[in-house]
Amino acid sequence: MQNENLVQISFFNQLMLVHPRKKQNERSEASVQVSEYFVNAEGTGDKVNLSDLLGTVEKTSGASNKTKKQLRNLQSSKETLELPLNKQQTEKVSAEFSVQLLVSCWKNIILQNQKAEQMVFPLNQESSGPKRVEQVVAGWKVQTPLEQEIFRLLHGSRQPVNDPVLTPVEEQSLKAMSLEEAKIRRAELQKARALQSYYEAKAKREKKIKSKKYHKVQNKAKRKDFLKQFDEMVKTNPEGALEELKKMELSRMEERMSLKHQNSGKWAKSKAIMAKYDDSARKAMQEQLQMNKDLTQKMVVPSDDEHESIEEGLETVPDFVNDPETVIDPVNPWMRGQLTHEEPEVSCVTAEEVQTAEEENEEEEIIGEFERKRKLRQVVEEDVVEVSDKEEEEDEEEDVSEFNTLFRLMRSEKTREGSNQTRGGLNTAGEEDEEGLLSEGQIRVRSIEDLEVLDEVVEPRAIEEPSAPQTAAAEATSEPPHKKKREINLKEVLTKEAKAVRLPFLPTVVDEEERDEQISIIKEAFAGDDVISDFIKDKSRQEAAGRPAVVDLTLPGWGEWGGVGLKPPRWKRKRFRIKTAPPPPRQDQKLPDVIISEKRTASVASHQVSQLPFPFQNTAQFESSIRTPIGSTWNTQTVVKNMTKPKVVTKLGAIIEPMVKEDFIKSKTTSKLWLLEIGHKKKKKKLFMFLVLWGCMLVPVRFAYNSVFVLIFFYY
Amino acid sequence: MAAVTPEVLTSTHVEKMKKKKLPKRYWEETEKTDQSQRRPEEEQGKAGQNQNKSTVKEKSLKRKNGESLEKKDPFPGEAPIPQKQLQKFQRGKKCKVPAGARERLKEAIAISEAMSEHAQKQAARYDLLLPEDAGFLEGDEDEDTNTISQADIADAVDITSGSKYFNLHLSQFGPYRLDYSRTGRNLLVGGKKGHVACIDWQTKDLKCEMNVMETVNDVKWLHTEAMFAVAQKRWLYIYDSKGVELHCVKKFNDVLRMQFLPYHFLLATASATGFLQYLDVSIGKEVAAICTKMGRLDVMAQNPHNAVIHLGHPNGTVSLWSPNQKESLVKMLCHRGAVRSLAVDKTGTYMVTSGLDRKLKVYDIRAFKPLHSCFLPAGASCLSLSQRGLLSAATGEIVQVYQNVLGSNPVSKPYMAHRLRGQIWGLAYCPFEDVLGIGHGEGFTSMIVPGAGEPNFDALDTNPYRSHKQRQEWEVKALLEKVQPELIGLDPGQLSKVDQASFEQRHKEQIEALGFDPLAKDKFKPKTKKKGRSSAGAIEKRKRKVAHEDQRDEIRQSVQERTEREKELKEKSNEKKLGNKSTLDRFRK
Repeated sequence: MQNENLVQISFFNQLMLVHPRKKQNERSEASVQVSEYFVNAEGTGDKVNLSDLLGTVEKTSGASNKTKKQLRNLQSSKETLELPLNKQQTEKVSAEFSVQLLVSCWKNIILQNQKAEQMVFPLNQESSGPKRVEQVVAGWKVQTPLEQEIFRLLHGSRQPVNDPVLTPVEEQSLKAMSLEEAKIRRAELQKARALQSYYEAKAKREKKIKSKKYHKVQNKAKRKDFLKQFDEMVKTNPEGALEELKKMELSRMEERMSLKHQNSGKWAKSKAIMAKYDDSARKAMQEQLQMNKDLTQKMVVPSDDEHESIEEGLETVPDFVNDPETVIDPVNPWMRGQLTHEEPEVSCVTAEEVQTAEEENEEEEIIGEFERKRKLRQVVEEDVVEVSDKEEEEDEEEDVSEFNTLFRLMRSEKTREGSNQTRGGLNTAGEEDEEGLLSEGQIRVRSIEDLEVLDEVVEPRAIEEPSAPQTAAAEATSEPPHKKKREINLKEVLTKEAKAVRLPFLPTVVDEEERDEQISIIKEAFAGDDVISDFIKDKSRQEAAGRPAVVDLTLPGWGEWGGVGLKPPRWKRKRFRIKTAPPPPRQDQKLPDVIISEKRTASVASHQVSQLPFPFQNTAQFESSIRTPIGSTWNTQTVVKNMTKPKVVTKLGAIIEPMVKEDFIKSKTTSKLWLLEIGHKKKKKKLFMFLVLWGCMLVPVRFAYNSVFVLIFFYY
Repeated sequence: MAAVTPEVLTSTHVEKMKKKKLPKRYWEETEKTDQSQRRPEEEQGKAGQNQNKSTVKEKSLKRKNGESLEKKDPFPGEAPIPQKQLQKFQRGKKCKVPAGARERLKEAIAISEAMSEHAQKQAARYDLLLPEDAGFLEGDEDEDTNTISQADIADAVDITSGSKYFNLHLSQFGPYRLDYSRTGRNLLVGGKKGHVACIDWQTKDLKCEMNVMETVNDVKWLHTEAMFAVAQKRWLYIYDSKGVELHCVKKFNDVLRMQFLPYHFLLATASATGFLQYLDVSIGKEVAAICTKMGRLDVMAQNPHNAVIHLGHPNGTVSLWSPNQKESLVKMLCHRGAVRSLAVDKTGTYMVTSGLDRKLKVYDIRAFKPLHSCFLPAGASCLSLSQRGLLSAATGEIVQVYQNVLGSNPVSKPYMAHRLRGQIWGLAYCPFEDVLGIGHGEGFTSMIVPGAGEPNFDALDTNPYRSHKQRQEWEVKALLEKVQPELIGLDPGQLSKVDQASFEQRHKEQIEALGFDPLAKDKFKPKTKKKGRSSAGAIEKRKRKVAHEDQRDEIRQSVQERTEREKELKEKSNEKKLGNKSTLDRFRK
């Protein structure tokens, strides 16, 4: 709404302020044409007020009372109008709004696609390959008698009429053909690509070569080639040849203008100095001159120009260049024509060879150096490895020694324990005997038969009851006081009734020796062991370790007398002893014969999910959502495929075009959208048609199109 | 019209002549459908002629037969699955959508529920592909099955099954330990006096045989038939199936018992020095070495459900261990004398122990509660549980096999019994076979126990009939699916649960694991400056400048917190004050 108002206001202002910046000219002389701009009202500078205009309205009878009243109200109101927004702001507002409109219609489809389990791109794809006839001619019926006749005939000859026009086999064969073609095509493309890449690589390589000589040779070769081609061209393509000729002419002109290859340059001068003593320099000079000559030579018509050029050459070449050369090059370079190219070329090649040889030598040297370095490094590495090996061995040795020490320690512990046990054994020897009599214990009732058995058992238990407290009393001495609270008596659990198994047939031959042996073994086993009390001690120790310790921060003697035997007062103890909250109850609280470690396993925790993922509100929901494994070990093939199907599927090689509105809005074309589209495509004519339609001719042209149509939209 | 005439003919006596049908063409079926399609049109055409008659007829027919004229699918929808089977494959409980749930949550739950239900249904449907039943032994009336001798059984059954009862007389090298490979094809025996042999026991094909010239304490197959471990007098050795020594692992000394965890590729060893060590055989690294401080460890078993190692001790306790914790996960007092033997069933629900007090006890190790116990006059020196839950116990020279031990009903009498000569040293059921292997002083005996082995094997996991190629493929896959040792714990489903530890605790653990605090603030280090401005004094001064910054931050924070708290308190007190006023106050502005 805010936007709407703003836009309206700005529009209104635009209407009211007609050319506010134009300076009003004063009328100085009479003229035939009187422009409205040049008319000065009476009392210049005075603004026309609304009240001035309203006076006439009051008088006219046509206006309704309502409007009159409204106008009066307007007149009486003394609120100033707000300043119109500037251009940038209005544009911004309208643009934002239009974007909002544009986006809002996509919202639904985006949500839908986000939710979708699987998206297949490109959307709206049609099945490839040849279509069946009945697919193409769907809904076509046999109507005319002629058609009927034909179909009857076809039926008679048992031809496939309606259904499979192509049998599956045929279809497959068709596809196979296309595949072959595709393969051939692909091979061709591959070859082309490979070739291109080779050429590119070659060009790059050549481009990188810095040797000037090489490029010179190369250029020369190119020129030669070009000349050859030119000869051919003259025969085959005279027009092209002419053009080439023109080009050559141009280059000749340039050469003649610049005299680039005369020996006037810096390099040429330096070479000229060197040429006396250096053959290669001389050759280079000559080459350059040759170049100059070639370039300045007129190709087609051998005429006086040639002589001129020769003369020019003669003039330009200094004498000392040619003097010693006569021995080496007996042929006059001016007369040599094309043959002269070869001589220096050969020399170049040899030079190159020498150079390459040198390079090779250098390379060898470099390689040698590398190898040396590598060897050095290897030696170092080996040293390191050896050292590490040694370290490992040492570690191992340490481990072993650790083991040994631990073993020794354990042995000593054991012996100590053994002595303890023997001491404890004396105490509990009496108990042991009594326990033999005990048949009391938990009996699990699972079936009716069991219940019956229970009834039988009840009587003896009643008799044996008096013995139980005795053992309990005996226990009380050895156990810590908190043990008393336990509901389940450990001994009861352990002396659970055991059913003796009798083998009806087996000759349970027990030799006397063996029996003695067994008895001795059993005696040995039970001799010093007070297994139960040991276990209880162990458990109580574990429990104590699990309990958080009380932190004592009392400072004895702080603020009072201190000394040996003095206790800090109660208030101090109360205040400075910090008790932490007790831990949650132990898992083995109700299992007297079990110690369950309360330590958290951090190793699994690093693999666990630590934060609840988004849509889930509690852990139970999330855990139940991942309770079914998705692996093939636990599921059937189809299920695995279904569960692990990709979220997005794209067809290989198919172009995925951005979604078009027509894809999801089929028949929902509204006038609004149409308008928007017009605005989008900036169709001027249509836009102005609209303007005319809605009587908004006064809308200045500097309005952005966007804002205009938005405006229209609102009026609409 | 031509199509009508053969029909007429078929109704006549010439029927036999037409019995030979023409080979079916692909268009024939379509023709029929065409006819069926066209029929309504023709009918319509006819209907135009005599509409009234047909409608009347139809109506009358409908009245007579009700709606039976329309053919309905007698079994609509997909085939039903018995509830029992569905129950078998149920995983956890369904999650209910809370009342005021967001749309996204509802959708997420619905999708996951649908998926798991689909998986469950499919699994239940495919259950019919496991058709094999386990066998059993049934005596005549008044005949105990335990009186039936092995020879009788071997005579009664077919030859191949009969050949599974055999004895190997190996009296020289003393009592034998044994191990079957996971597929059940290969047998490994190790005599106390150094004799080690591996045999394809079904074909009686000896693969390798050797004497290691040392005491052999235990033998164990590793993940394939290609390697096995032998615990010798001092070190642990690993050989290949041809008897070539591959490794001598000197970190593992004085090993008495071994267990191999197949899905973790871990070889767990218990030594005479009281050490429980884990060797990762896939990378040849020691994963963990735990000093149990429990003395000599000569009783060991593994829980196949969660890969926890159970150790029996001379003080009558059984302790449970994982490589991730230096102390035992659980310690339970089982016997009054030393524990002699241990066995854990396949599902990880039950544990059977026997001790020097000559008792045999069955525990539920989910709840750590004893289920029942029985008194064996001779005591059981070796215990073993089969895949189908048959318990075998070596009492002196007799091997007894019990049925239905796991569960509530108490042990009554043995299902089978077999007498041997010499002390029994090792007992093991052969996987996927009704065979119990017994290693004793006089050699090795293979005993037929009907109903011991699992009849339906998972060929992708352990295939007894796999070929060389399949084995190779399996090995690669198994290595790829190797479970890391960190995941071993009492609850194998721990990984699928959300870690609910507080941030502080996790941070502490992280510090412990890394050895440093990753979130710690760096100490202020003044920049080195030139021209003598980096003298010790200057540096100290610069440090002094920022020394209290941290403290200030803390103070600032605490002050802020305090003010907020005070504000809250004030608001609360205001509310309280307001609370005293009348109910009509809420209409005030």
